[in-house]
Amino acid sequence: MNKNGTMAKTEDRALVRIDAIIDSYGGKRSALIQILLDVQKENRWLFEEYLYHIADRLKAPLSQVYQVATFYKAFSLKKRGRHVVTVCMGTACHVRGAPSLLDRISQKLGVNAGATTGDDRFSLLTVNCMGCCALGPVMAIDETYYSNPANTDFDKIFNAYA
Amino acid sequence: MLKSPEDLIALQERVKAENNGKIILSLCSGTGCRANASQKVFEALQAELASLADPRIVLKQTGCHGFCEKGPILIIYPEEICYVSVKPFDARDIVAQTIAQGRVLDRLLWKSGLITAAHHSEIPFYKHQTRYLLANNTHVDPTSIEDYLRCNGYSALRRALFSMTPQDVIQEIKRSGLRGRGGGGFPTGVKWEATREAEGNEKYVVVNGDEGDPGAYMDRSVLEGTPHSVLEGLIIGAYAIGAKSGYFYIRQEYPLALENTRKAIEEARAFGLIGANILGSSFGFEVSVHQGAGAFVSGESSALLSAIEGRVGEPRLKYIRMSTSGLWGKPTTLNNVETWANVPLIIANGPEWFAGIGTPGSKGSKIFSLVGKVENTGLVEVPMGTTLRKIIYDIGGGIKNGKKFKAIQTGGPSGGCIPEAHLDAQVDFDTLTELGSMMGSGGMIVMNEDSCMVDVARYFVEFLREESCGKCIPCREGISEMVSIFNRIVRGEGKPEDLDFLEDLSVLVSEASLCGLGSSAANPVMSTLRYFRNEYESHILHKTCTSLVCKAFIAFHVDAAKCRGCGLCKKQCPVNAIYGEKTEAHVINQKMCIKCGACMEICPSKFNAIGKVSPVSQLQNLAP
Repeated sequence: MNKNGTMAKTEDRALVRIDAIIDSYGGKRSALIQILLDVQKENRWLFEEYLYHIADRLKAPLSQVYQVATFYKAFSLKKRGRHVVTVCMGTACHVRGAPSLLDRISQKLGVNAGATTGDDRFSLLTVNCMGCCALGPVMAIDETYYSNPANTDFDKIFNAYA
Repeated sequence: MLKSPEDLIALQERVKAENNGKIILSLCSGTGCRANASQKVFEALQAELASLADPRIVLKQTGCHGFCEKGPILIIYPEEICYVSVKPFDARDIVAQTIAQGRVLDRLLWKSGLITAAHHSEIPFYKHQTRYLLANNTHVDPTSIEDYLRCNGYSALRRALFSMTPQDVIQEIKRSGLRGRGGGGFPTGVKWEATREAEGNEKYVVVNGDEGDPGAYMDRSVLEGTPHSVLEGLIIGAYAIGAKSGYFYIRQEYPLALENTRKAIEEARAFGLIGANILGSSFGFEVSVHQGAGAFVSGESSALLSAIEGRVGEPRLKYIRMSTSGLWGKPTTLNNVETWANVPLIIANGPEWFAGIGTPGSKGSKIFSLVGKVENTGLVEVPMGTTLRKIIYDIGGGIKNGKKFKAIQTGGPSGGCIPEAHLDAQVDFDTLTELGSMMGSGGMIVMNEDSCMVDVARYFVEFLREESCGKCIPCREGISEMVSIFNRIVRGEGKPEDLDFLEDLSVLVSEASLCGLGSSAANPVMSTLRYFRNEYESHILHKTCTSLVCKAFIAFHVDAAKCRGCGLCKKQCPVNAIYGEKTEAHVINQKMCIKCGACMEICPSKFNAIGKVSPVSQLQNLAP
C-alpha cells in the first residue's frame, strides 16, 4: 500500500517481486542493503512507494530505509534512463583526460552528470574507478566499455542505443 | 565430499594427473580484458578449437594476468608461449598454426624495439616481478576448484587443521611479520590473537573487499582470479581465532569478483571445505557474501561492519576495539583481501620463508596497480623494499610517449605525491610514510609533466569531500573548505595567504577527524605543498599552469603557419568557436572557446597546428 492508500496495477506486480526479494533474504532487517540493491537492479531506480513497502515489510522505520537509500551511491531515488552512461573519474583516467571526456559527453547529451536526458534515453553518471585503468579514459554504456571514445566515432557509439 | 585429509590429498593427486600431457590455452578474462573484448576472443577460440576436436586441448578463462596494457593476453602451456593484444580474428591462426603445427606467430608476440619475447617469463614486465599472490592468476580458472587444488590449494588448511593448534597458527602468522595490506599495516597476528583472547563464543572473521581507492584494482584481481586463496586464508583465520562464521564484503562495482567469490564458496561447500566438520575435523565454518552499495567510507573497518549489519556505513570512535566488540557487538577480525590471500602462503611455506622476503619492517610481497602515464599499465607484485624506480622503469617500462616523469601518487586519496628526487626510495610501509605518502592498498599513479599537481590535489580533496560521511565536523566542513580554496586557486582568484591557510586546515582536519578518511585527507595537499609548492605559487602569483591543465590559465590557438585549413577542428568544435575558409588558416574565437581541447585532439598529427599556452596573456605574443 502506498502513502495515498491507492495502488496502481503495474506497481502491484512490482511489489509482488519486491516481496519475493525480501523473502529470499528471510525478511531480515539486516538485509536491507541487499534488498534495495536487488530491487534497484530490477527497476533501475527506487520509487518512493517501494521504500514505504520495504519499510513496512521489514518493520523498519521509514527513516532508516530512506537513510540507507540516500547514503549509498548505488541507489537512485530519481528516474533513470533506459541506458546508463558511466564515465570513470578515477585517478588514472583523470590524468589521462577524463574531465574533458565528461565535458564532451555532457555536451553531446545535453545533461550534466547525475541527470537523465529529456527523452529518458540516457542517464549520465560518474564513478570513482572502474578498474580498467589501462583503457583510460573510459566510458561505459550499460555493460559495454569504450576506451577513450572521444578519439573514435563518438556520435556513432551513442546512436547505437535506442 | 572430502571427509578426511587423505581424501584431499587423493583428490589433489587425481586432478593433477588429469592435466598430464594437456595443451592449455589460458586467456585473461579479468574485468580489464573483458572490457577489451576478451569474451569475443574466447568464443572465437572455442569455435576454432571445436574443429580440431582434440581432447588434449583445454581452453580456459582465467583471472587478471596483470599486463593490462597489452590485454587480452593468451598463454599457451606447457611451452608458456605468450600472445599479447589478441583480437577475435587472431583465433584462426592461433589454432591452425600454433596449436595444430606448433608454429609461433611472430605478430602476436610482445615486442619493444629490437627485443621480441616469445615466453611469458621473458617479457620485462613479468621478468622483474616476484609473484606469489598472483602466481596462479595466469593459469587457474577461478570458477574451478579443481584448478586451485591442482596448485596444492587447501593444503595449508589441511596443515592448520591437522598439524597445528589455533595458537600455533597465530604464532606462525606473528613470526612471519605479516602486516595488514589494506593500508594500516597493523601486524596481522597481533590482531588475530586479540580476537582469539577476547571473551565470548561467537566471533567473526571478515574480508574487506571494498577496494575504493581510484586507480587501484589489486584486490579485485585477486578475488576475480583466485577467490579460493582468500577463502582458504579466511577459513584458516577462523580456525585460529575461533570464529564459526565469516563474511566477504565486496563492493558492487565489482560484479565479476562477486560472482567468482560466490561460486568459490558454493564449490568449497560442495567439497566439504566449508560447513560442519571440515575435512572430518571437529572444526566447522560458514561464510556469506555481502555486496556493498557504493560508499568509499565503507572501506573503513567500523563503517564496513555497520554496512554488513544493514545500516549506513558510518565509522565510530576508535577506542572501541573491534577485537572485543565488532560485528553485532562480537569479537571480530577484519582483514583486507590481500592479507587473507597471504595466509595460505605463510602456512604452506612456513613463517621463515615469508619473513625472508622484504625489508626488516615490512615482510613479504605486495601487489601494486601501476597506472597513469606509464608505458605498461598493470598489476605488479614485488618484494617489499623494491625501489620506485625499478617499479616504474624496469617493470613499467618508463613514462608513456617518452615524456618526463613528474610524480608518483601512492596510497589512494589518503596518500601523497612523491617527486623524482625520491625515486630510489624503497617501497615499504615506513619509507612511504616518511615521504609524506603511504602504502595504502597499493595504488600507484604515475604522473608526467602534463599533470598539474594543484589539479591533482584538488581532485583528491574533491573526491574526499564527496565521500566524507559527514558524521564528524572537522572532516565534513574542513575538507569542504579546502575544496573551496582549491576552486579559488584554479579559477585565478587565489591569494598567497591561501597556502598557509591550507596548511593550517590540513593539520586541523588530520588531527581532529574521527576516522582514517579525515585523518589522512590532508596527505595529498601536504605532500604536493611540500614537493611542488612552486606550482601553487605560479597559479596564484602568475596565473600560470605550467602543465597546461587548469582551464582558467590556458588558451588554445591555431598556428597559422602550420594550419592547412582542413576544417576538421571547425567541425569538431562543440561550440562553433572556430572559423576560417577551407585551405586557409583557421582561427579560434577566444571568447567562445570552452577549452575542451577537442580541436587539439582531432588536428592531424602531420599538421599539429593547434597549441596551448599559459598564461592566457601569452596569446598576444603569438598574434600574427
